Amino acid sequence: MKLPIYMDYHATTPVDPRVLEAMLPYFTQEFGNPASRNHAFGWAAEKAVELARQQVADLIGAGAKEIIFTSCATEANNLALKGVAAMYGEKGNHVITCVTEHKAVLDPCRQLEKQGVRVTYLPVRKDGRIDLDELRAAITDRTILVSIMTANNEIGVLQPVAEIGAIAREKGVLFHTDAVQAAGKIPFDVNQVTADLVSISGHKIYGPKGIGALFTRRRNPRVLLAEQISGGGHERGMRSGTLNVPGIVGLGAAAAICKAEMAAEGERLRRLRDRLNDGLHRNLDGIYVNGSMEHRLPHNLNISVAYVEGESLLMGINDVAVSSGSACTSASLEPSFVLKALGAGDDMAHSSIRFGLGRWTTEEEVDYVVDKLTAVVRRLREMSPLYELVKEGVDLSKHQWARH
Amino acid sequence: MTYSTKVIDHFEHPRNIGSLPKDDPNVGTGLVGAPECGDVMKLQIRINPDTGIIDDAKFKTFGCGSAIASSSLVTEWLKGRTVDQALAITNSDIVDELQLPPVKIHCSVLAEDAIRAAIADYQRKRENKGGTGAGTHAQPFA
Repeated sequence: MKLPIYMDYHATTPVDPRVLEAMLPYFTQEFGNPASRNHAFGWAAEKAVELARQQVADLIGAGAKEIIFTSCATEANNLALKGVAAMYGEKGNHVITCVTEHKAVLDPCRQLEKQGVRVTYLPVRKDGRIDLDELRAAITDRTILVSIMTANNEIGVLQPVAEIGAIAREKGVLFHTDAVQAAGKIPFDVNQVTADLVSISGHKIYGPKGIGALFTRRRNPRVLLAEQISGGGHERGMRSGTLNVPGIVGLGAAAAICKAEMAAEGERLRRLRDRLNDGLHRNLDGIYVNGSMEHRLPHNLNISVAYVEGESLLMGINDVAVSSGSACTSASLEPSFVLKALGAGDDMAHSSIRFGLGRWTTEEEVDYVVDKLTAVVRRLREMSPLYELVKEGVDLSKHQWARH
Repeated sequence: MTYSTKVIDHFEHPRNIGSLPKDDPNVGTGLVGAPECGDVMKLQIRINPDTGIIDDAKFKTFGCGSAIASSSLVTEWLKGRTVDQALAITNSDIVDELQLPPVKIHCSVLAEDAIRAAIADYQRKRENKGGTGAGTHAQPFA
């Protein structure tokens, strides 16, 4: 077993060697611009791009012409939100999203608000999912778009996207979903969830960084977007800019591998994730899973370790790459807004760890992480005044703290 | 977060973890911070009644690496000092010694607060001579 261990697959994934192999020719021999319609170099590049487009479409049950390539999923989210708001401004000016969305959705929403768009941020329940009745109640005749992610990047919780899609369709409202963490990992079909816009990222599915895609429905309804990057009119005029051919080829190859291996890989990772969760619960008290365990990505575990602060936990397991919702590990010095939205309290957000398992995670690594984390938690609890107070019978929530 | 080797050393080999009997009239206890802010420090000092010198210091800290290191460091510094000398320790001394990055300065402030709270607790006990210390705490402490 090699150290350090990577268990942060929600942050990014390594490029699968098979993906890299597919990409390499497009940096050198096959370097053409697919927009060059009059020579063999352009044709070869175009052929590669169209194959990749089909591969990405196949992963999510879409048609190839419905895939728009972007530079990343953040761009795809921006294009969906801003593109719809600008194009459908006459129909309405109301967008519905949710408080636990990725910043790449929340921030464009904030910008839209400055331009006069009204945005509703639905809360989530303790399990991390939105309430469908609240969604229904929030939709008005001015609503143009519902944007709810398929799987959350921190807690891996799956939103009821099929039900959300059905409600949006019934009300005649477009439905966008950020499927960055879900596509390629769990079955996802744009028609089954009646999604109109879907964002996908290359580097979350063992493809390269710097490539994303936006599924944009072409029929029933035909979705129109106002371009956000203008230029040569690439990608059906919705996203100009010379196509990143090696990146696109990589995204396509990554999508094809995910589609072929998803069932077996998902099952293997679910078993390893459960082994991790069971091992930690067996060894330690005061371990809480954040968000629904039932409606969750198979490779995600997000726990809070009571009486121990997250950054110190991460320092203690410095040969394991994971992430924390602790304020001390974030640039903003704020604890995770996702965990806060679950209503668990800031103290639990400070004590959280996110594990993201992936294609190269082994059982040996999982066992190592269980042992290592157990030892570190025990050591840190020995020096935790909170653990001592609780053992003395103090109710921490009723204690008068000297806040600073 | 990239820490200095001193922070990492204190984190991996913390000095003086533990507790002193909080009802001892010669022991002062400071408990500062709050769980929802992500750091809580408990600092205890014991003062030799004959010499007026701090002869033991213990800590327990819930917090990030630099909060643990700051409290570990001050327990080392406190031993052998008088109360007045202990009060002369400032947060910037801690920042300098541990080379804390700007975003971690609040950890050093908390450690300074913990020293002051522990000394205040000790002095309260002295004023209420004969008291056990119970019920005289600034922060009620089961």
